Amino acid sequence: MNELHTLGVSELAAAIAEKKTSSVETAQHLLARAQQHSGLGAYLFFNEEATLAQARAADARIAAGDRTPLLGVPLAHKDIFVTKDFATTAGSRMLSGYQSPFDATVVQRLAAQGAVTLGKLNCDEFAMGGSNENSAFGAVRNPWDTARVPGGSSGGSAVAVAARLAPAVTGTDTGGSIRQPASFCGITGIKPTYGRCSRYGMVAFASSLDQAGPMARSAADCAVLLSAMAGPDIDRDSTSLDHPAEDYTALLGQPREGATAAQPLKGLRIGLPKEFFGEGCAPDVIATVRAALAEYEKLGATLVDVSLPRTELSIPVYYVIAPAEASSNLSRFDGVKFGHRAAKYDDLTDMYKKSRSEGFGPEVQRRIMIGTYVLSHGYYDAYYLQAQKIRRLIAQDFQAAFAQCDLIAGPVAPTVAWKLGEKSNDPVANYLADIYTLSTSLAGLPGMSVPAGFGAGGLPVGLQLVGNYFQEGPLLQAAHAFQQATDWHTRAPQGY
Amino acid sequence: MSSSKSLLVGGYEVVIGFETHAQLATQSKIFSRAPTAFGAEPNTQACAVDLALPGTLPVMNQAAVELAIRLGLALGSHIAEQSVFARKNYFYPDLPKGYQISQFEIPVVQGGEVSFFLGEEKKTVRLVRAHLEEDAGKSLHEDFIGQSGIDLNRAGTPLLEIVTEPDIRSSAEAVAYAKELHKIVTWIGICDGNMQEGSFRCDANVSVRKPGAPLGTRREIKNLNSFKFMQQAIDYEVRWQIEQIEDGHAIQQATVLFDPDTGETRAMRTKEDAADYRYFPDPDLPPLVIGRDWVEQVKAGMPELPRAMAERLVRDYGLPEYDATTLTQSPAMAAYFETAAKTSGQAKLVSNWIMGEVSRRLNAEEGDIAAAPVSAAQLAAVIARIADGTVSNNAAKQVFDALWSGEGSDVDAVIEAKGLKQMNDSGALEKIIDEVMAANADMVEQFRAGKDKAFNALVGQAMKASKGKANPQQVNDLLRQKLG
Repeated sequence: MNELHTLGVSELAAAIAEKKTSSVETAQHLLARAQQHSGLGAYLFFNEEATLAQARAADARIAAGDRTPLLGVPLAHKDIFVTKDFATTAGSRMLSGYQSPFDATVVQRLAAQGAVTLGKLNCDEFAMGGSNENSAFGAVRNPWDTARVPGGSSGGSAVAVAARLAPAVTGTDTGGSIRQPASFCGITGIKPTYGRCSRYGMVAFASSLDQAGPMARSAADCAVLLSAMAGPDIDRDSTSLDHPAEDYTALLGQPREGATAAQPLKGLRIGLPKEFFGEGCAPDVIATVRAALAEYEKLGATLVDVSLPRTELSIPVYYVIAPAEASSNLSRFDGVKFGHRAAKYDDLTDMYKKSRSEGFGPEVQRRIMIGTYVLSHGYYDAYYLQAQKIRRLIAQDFQAAFAQCDLIAGPVAPTVAWKLGEKSNDPVANYLADIYTLSTSLAGLPGMSVPAGFGAGGLPVGLQLVGNYFQEGPLLQAAHAFQQATDWHTRAPQGY
Repeated sequence: MSSSKSLLVGGYEVVIGFETHAQLATQSKIFSRAPTAFGAEPNTQACAVDLALPGTLPVMNQAAVELAIRLGLALGSHIAEQSVFARKNYFYPDLPKGYQISQFEIPVVQGGEVSFFLGEEKKTVRLVRAHLEEDAGKSLHEDFIGQSGIDLNRAGTPLLEIVTEPDIRSSAEAVAYAKELHKIVTWIGICDGNMQEGSFRCDANVSVRKPGAPLGTRREIKNLNSFKFMQQAIDYEVRWQIEQIEDGHAIQQATVLFDPDTGETRAMRTKEDAADYRYFPDPDLPPLVIGRDWVEQVKAGMPELPRAMAERLVRDYGLPEYDATTLTQSPAMAAYFETAAKTSGQAKLVSNWIMGEVSRRLNAEEGDIAAAPVSAAQLAAVIARIADGTVSNNAAKQVFDALWSGEGSDVDAVIEAKGLKQMNDSGALEKIIDEVMAANADMVEQFRAGKDKAFNALVGQAMKASKGKANPQQVNDLLRQKLG
């Protein structure tokens, strides 16, 4: 089989289980394909020996009659997850050459289900950014138009899936880092409820917001990965929620109450926040999202108007809280124990200054500065505390909206993917592009991006779906129903 | 008021508040599973979490919380139903995360007090709080080819920082407070109290003021790791501050260290270079929630506290306050006393022996009463033989020494073997006394002439003649009879 890269997770798992191909063959094919398309910059690190050893082990398990949903399926991980068989850098020069002695919980859990790791995926440095231009190892290109950004921070992850360099991958989302690149690259990605997936082994950016999630070509494939990834890890992550793992794949197959074959989503109320459809959103994006919502109506859903009045405030609130936490989380990178240390320095303070100035890129330094400032004596109350208060109000706004609807829908981002370099000298413009994803993260709610069609320049547009806490099942179900009726998610960029 | 006046030093009132770091006696660290044992090879007791490797996260050690609850219960504090961990951010090579996880705005133990006797006077020091936090590692500045070494074994060791109000008014009171707190934390088993290994470290905030004036500017003496140095350091600091003020210099807020070699304190850093720690709630740790049922459960497992036990010893055994306080220095000593007192029925004698012979031997050998060569039951047996007149007090000491050095274990057998049985036969004793009187006619004469000293000399002669076995009281009585 030479079209192995066209298969999704479930198809590939079936092909391997039925011995139409092997895990080793699949892994080799995808590794070769990743090399062939290395110009996209999606992958950072490979360890072919480790990949093939994992694939051989999976094939041996299959030969022994073992079956798990991901057995033998090659995946790749965002370089935010620490891995013992691959270098981990978080896209930063600071961690260049860093080797973790352990695997992240999410990596471990996918491996336990038989997944094989192809390599590590490029991302914005320490997951800070929305264009993947902040990686110390070079930008990632969008396969739909290689002059454009793939979104970020999980840009390498989105591109690997969109360009068929992996059937599915992991990503992380702090303020939209799964959903926005998924939208820009025309793939499906879900950020679960905060605490649903363990953060153990994720290089921390903003602890109260960081969340791992799967990115794949379909909601069904995301369901397979998320079933393996989610679940409590209370012995290693105190913010992990003590809520049992679920079989999302099984949930997809369960018909909703009152559903019919023609109207599988009958009775589903989808709330449209008016703040998500205002002037700030590009017309092509609105039109594409509206068309997708019309499809939802055909599937039986009803659309209701809701309001999330503090949507605009989510930008300043996020850009206080996330940098505050980041400034502290990144203090451990001091050149003392691991990571970059300046070659020459006069004394301890000089070592800190030089090591950190050399090791961190400009966006990371900017956020450390902002975070340090808002936590400083005399500013803490005015910035950090105030932001926390508004954060609670934002979460309350969502609860008020969920009194009127089951899911919330809108655009993921105000525009399609922009050109490389277009916003790189304007950090504020980058921050403003996060407007529709930040509030969900601040509230800790699950959200996803579903390919909804194409906007200006034939570039993908994602529909954002947001559920209430622990509503990953219904979210995936709504996305799956849409994908059963449409084929946007099956489109591949030309040449891939 | 007269008592506080007498405490003035050169016309100044001394004001001291304490911050004590008690290392909690848990098996593993406060936020990781690495062991806490002291003295291991550098960096062998630090796991990925302690090294702050990327991706690691803290998980609260329940045992450390339980020990904090114990302290709160022992000191009559409020145990917060919800307390919050915060990050104290600063850069230092032995602080792996670049921040210390501590508690800032809402600590786990709030209020409470420590009461103790300073001489005859009962003192009470109010607590502000006690909060949980992690220790840092150690920088090793000696001999690393021109570089410093970092040992992270201690990083993440659980500490309880116990903070008092500025209620202490003298160095002697400071030491008494510290000793009492030390007694309590070891008594309730939350800290091994080893000051040399740094398990119990005190910082003293010292200031002086004219009586009635507002609080003076304080200087904090760090890391007082012995009671002796504590008193020396505070005394020096008080004198230094008074001199400064008398010379017209204002005191600058500062952190100082005591140098035992020079007996002086010297400033490490002043307020100007104090860091902005940028405290904020640690987003990796949810609030620490302690249910009432947990507190009740811990309470049920608490030992009787030293103060309460001392009161009970006075009440139940009729001991003087001094004895009761001395015997409740440690649970082991108190248990030793109670066993021996119950077995022998001679509480005051047992108390005298423990404070006398037993303590003297233990001090000389730096021994622990829990492992004393003479058990409480053996001491009770010795004392029972004094009480029933079998042996004299002096002979009993010989029996005790023999037991202590392992010459025997059965009290009666030792008495027998050493021939220490007291002579209680009055016929034989009368004979001895008659002989002594005959042989010392001059003394008899002197006594009758009014020299009392001669009587004691005659008693001594009689005791000598009995080879120490005579009952001295009996000798006294008989001699008086015969001398008429």
